Amino acid sequence: MFESLGKYILLLRLSFKKPEKSSVYWKEIMREMVSVGVGSLGIISIISIFIGAATTIQVAFQLSSPLVPLSIAGKISRDSNILEFSPTISALVLAGRVGSNFASQIGTMRVTEQIDALEIMGVNAPGYLISPKIIASITMIPLLVIISIALGITGGYIACVVTGSISPADYLMGVNDGFDPLTIKVALVKAFVFGFLIASICSYQGFYTSGGALEVGQSATQGVVFSCVWILFADLIITSLML
Amino acid sequence: MINIKDIYKTFGDNDVLKGISATFKTGKNNLIIGGSGSGKTTLLKCIVGLHEPTKGQVFFEDENFTEMDFEQRVPIRTQIGMLFQNSALFDSMTVEENIMFPLNLFTDQSMAEKRDRANFCLERVNLKDRNKLYPSELSGGMKKRVGIARAISMQPKYLFVDEPNSGLDPKTSILIDELIAELTVEYDMTTVIVTHDMNSVMGIGDHIIFLHQGQKNWEGTNKEIAHTDNKELNDFVFASKFMQAAKEKL
Repeated sequence: MFESLGKYILLLRLSFKKPEKSSVYWKEIMREMVSVGVGSLGIISIISIFIGAATTIQVAFQLSSPLVPLSIAGKISRDSNILEFSPTISALVLAGRVGSNFASQIGTMRVTEQIDALEIMGVNAPGYLISPKIIASITMIPLLVIISIALGITGGYIACVVTGSISPADYLMGVNDGFDPLTIKVALVKAFVFGFLIASICSYQGFYTSGGALEVGQSATQGVVFSCVWILFADLIITSLML
Repeated sequence: MINIKDIYKTFGDNDVLKGISATFKTGKNNLIIGGSGSGKTTLLKCIVGLHEPTKGQVFFEDENFTEMDFEQRVPIRTQIGMLFQNSALFDSMTVEENIMFPLNLFTDQSMAEKRDRANFCLERVNLKDRNKLYPSELSGGMKKRVGIARAISMQPKYLFVDEPNSGLDPKTSILIDELIAELTVEYDMTTVIVTHDMNSVMGIGDHIIFLHQGQKNWEGTNKEIAHTDNKELNDFVFASKFMQAAKEKL
């Protein structure tokens, strides 16, 4: 375990060495940003709307006491979306979509000697392959989380309109009630850290792949599993430190 | 010229290379031959720095490559072209982008100049007008030729070739061998080829090193190889009945 940690840290150090030519790296960063951001927008939108809707219905169902105003369901739904569902669920889904893509892409390049070809040319392979992925993830995942939060709250509103579990007016009153900007700050810190973990762990798994197609698949699976575990661990740490 | 001195390479308990020394001359096709597991590819990877030798040194001209760190090696590496066994073309890039890749990173040429160079290299390997194809759209032989075009794009001083004929039909193999031999003379390169293809050995082997069980067992030219009394080399070269018959006619 300590050997892996050491290799991981060394790989990160190599990844952020001065690039051979910034313009080439910049192009790669832009390409990865489109892949991570635009490419994930569809799945993030779908899960955010459905989770927002389901959360609102469940909270409304649990608040059946006449002593509690129903508008509180909107408030709880909003805070749950901002603090937990949007950053964490999005990150877990992105670990599957983006992380497995990173690990298998780099792993395939390793087993087909494309990384050797880069090194022979004098290119810092970790820098060229990994740093654009990390930069793209730490910038695009927070943006995706902001979109996810907005869509999650919208999903809750749609659920109110469609199911009538609480009135849309009560829901909106709850959503607007006692908003604390700290929750957004927590969500963005989580998104930033999760983005870093997904990109770095999956790239590490891909970079040290050896063998053939079978091992590339294993690297992708390991990348996703390790990312998910570390996302949940980081979630706990950030939540306990910031709230 | 490349000099290797007393190269050892060990993986765990497995001694793959055991003290190999050799000189690879400029303008010559230097072939490293040997059976499977004899250490050919490991030696090639030690020379280009993909593996660090356990012991020994590699000199490019007078520069000790083994003792350099990554940054110090970059100027030498920009003078190296390499053709990999499976070509190792970048899947996400077109043929033209593959060839222009080292030019993008290590030169200040304009886009037009880089395009011209890519076109020239493609024309040189008889692949004109294939610029926009992706590696997945190419045959094995075409991939090798694009690999060669990429390797010569920076006008290298050193060309390394790992199993250039693996997976190719005999006719295409000969074309690839002839292309490598022509380019070696044209660019006055030090070319090092790892192969176990006997057509290559007899066709372009200006200087041949035979590895057996991780050691240099024989060294000579393609003219000398047919008349050697080295048992291991004879067992390797004349393993087939066809080659035995050919030897008897010599």
